[in-house]
Amino acid sequence: MTPLLQVESIAKFYGTRIGCSDVSFDLYPGEVMGIVGESGSGKSTLLNCLAGHLTPDRGAVRFDTRADGLRDTITMSEPERRMLGRTDWAFVHQHARDGLRMNVSAGGNVGERLMAVNARHYGDIRAAAIDWLGRVEIAEDRIDDRPTAFSGGMQQRLQIARNLVTGPRLVFMDEPTGGLDVSVQARLLDLLRGLVREMNLSAIIVTHDLAVVRLLADRLMVMKDGHVIETGLTDQVLDDPQHTYTQLLVSSVLQV
Amino acid sequence: MSDYNFAYLDEQTKRMIRRAILKGLAIPGHQVPFASREMPMPYGWGTGGVQVSAAVLTPDDTFKVIDQGADDTTNAVSIRRFFQKTAGVAVTEATTEASVIQTRHRIPEQDLRADQILVYQVPIPEPLRFLEPSEVETRKMHALEEYGLMHVKLYEDISQHGDIATAYAYPVKVEGRYVMDPSPIPKFDNPKLEMAGIQLFGAGREQRIYAIPPYTQVVSLDFDDYPFLPTKADHACDLCGAQDSYLDELIVDDAGGRMFMCSDTDYCTTRRKAGHVGAQGVPYEKDAA
Repeated sequence: MTPLLQVESIAKFYGTRIGCSDVSFDLYPGEVMGIVGESGSGKSTLLNCLAGHLTPDRGAVRFDTRADGLRDTITMSEPERRMLGRTDWAFVHQHARDGLRMNVSAGGNVGERLMAVNARHYGDIRAAAIDWLGRVEIAEDRIDDRPTAFSGGMQQRLQIARNLVTGPRLVFMDEPTGGLDVSVQARLLDLLRGLVREMNLSAIIVTHDLAVVRLLADRLMVMKDGHVIETGLTDQVLDDPQHTYTQLLVSSVLQV
Repeated sequence: MSDYNFAYLDEQTKRMIRRAILKGLAIPGHQVPFASREMPMPYGWGTGGVQVSAAVLTPDDTFKVIDQGADDTTNAVSIRRFFQKTAGVAVTEATTEASVIQTRHRIPEQDLRADQILVYQVPIPEPLRFLEPSEVETRKMHALEEYGLMHVKLYEDISQHGDIATAYAYPVKVEGRYVMDPSPIPKFDNPKLEMAGIQLFGAGREQRIYAIPPYTQVVSLDFDDYPFLPTKADHACDLCGAQDSYLDELIVDDAGGRMFMCSDTDYCTTRRKAGHVGAQGVPYEKDAA
């Protein structure tokens, strides 16, 4: 089986400081990978390198493209990479404001990716937008409202709908539940888990919330100071942490 | 002859602008940056158009300026006088007699010939500006032909107004490649962008020049189920009776009285001279007020 994403010794430096160093893993179709670690451990740097927002200094990120099989996304041309970015890839930002157009209606936000891949029939675009708003539990009559009129949780769900409308195969998520209160978080996680299973999505989720990865991720990668210090199945890492830092991380979670 | 260099700008500046114009003609619809000069008029009054006109004028040219179709508004009169004074060129109000026409927000009703140049004054050359604020990003979008965002604007129009409500500065795709803002002309004029004359667009404050060569394909963007429709007021001109021209609406008293008349004053006058009379018009008399 070919991996969907093959990451080989990725390294990114900010001057002499290490962003992330020597990260390698394979991600298979339908698999969800969690990346956890404290602030400044290089999680977001790694995610941005994988998603093409940052150019890593070393290493290769190979993606299984529909047309040509495994291709290195770092050396491919920018138009090709941006095309991937709006078709096969999706990126869910921590702050919905970064991923949404705040002065465009919810329907327009969801439709943008469709129009970017040359959908030119208003009725079809609108039907797809209504369908996706329904899937993320946003009422149909909110379709012409701007995201500024939405609550934080709704904005985040709208961002997810906007990203998934073109049927991507790989979703990058940067702290998808950050800044939301716990009950909203629970609903969002429930929704994400449903969508991931239903669409057979592969996902890479960066978070510092262990509960999120416990629910969503099949595999876990623990990072500290730009290095991966432990990897394994989620339950295995969380229930039987080997590295001292992972032990600290797991024991730091407040038990209610 | 006046003490100004011909057409106000110095020769080096005109060469620089001509290079930008030639590049613009070579890449239809592409915005070419140029080193816009400070002109003796405020930004927004046509500093870009004036610089382009200055660069293309020759002493043998006949110059015409229209503002919203009219030859006799402040903007049109002052720019015409400016070139009368600084270039000493002949000026006219007749579209057929002019070789260079500078325009603000209209295309003349009379079809232009291959030996005529139409110069547009452009306030915002970037069609994606109000959708994507970053100039770095919009340049990249032009370079990579990523124009999905332009349709988001039209989508928003339909979802809010039930129809494409954009009535002016209606985005077009030039020669199947660049999406271009045709300056704030009414969308009624969009079909006329495919013409025999050369069209040059100058944006002074934004420092951009772009162009449409003669007989270039210009397509107004739309949706399959909401096609592009050029619209005008559903009337005939009350002065000359023309059915096919773009109309201005004028309130004539405070009792709801109104009249519609051609926005292109030369077109209207020419028709009235030829004996056409509209519903509220009187037969044409020379020197009538």
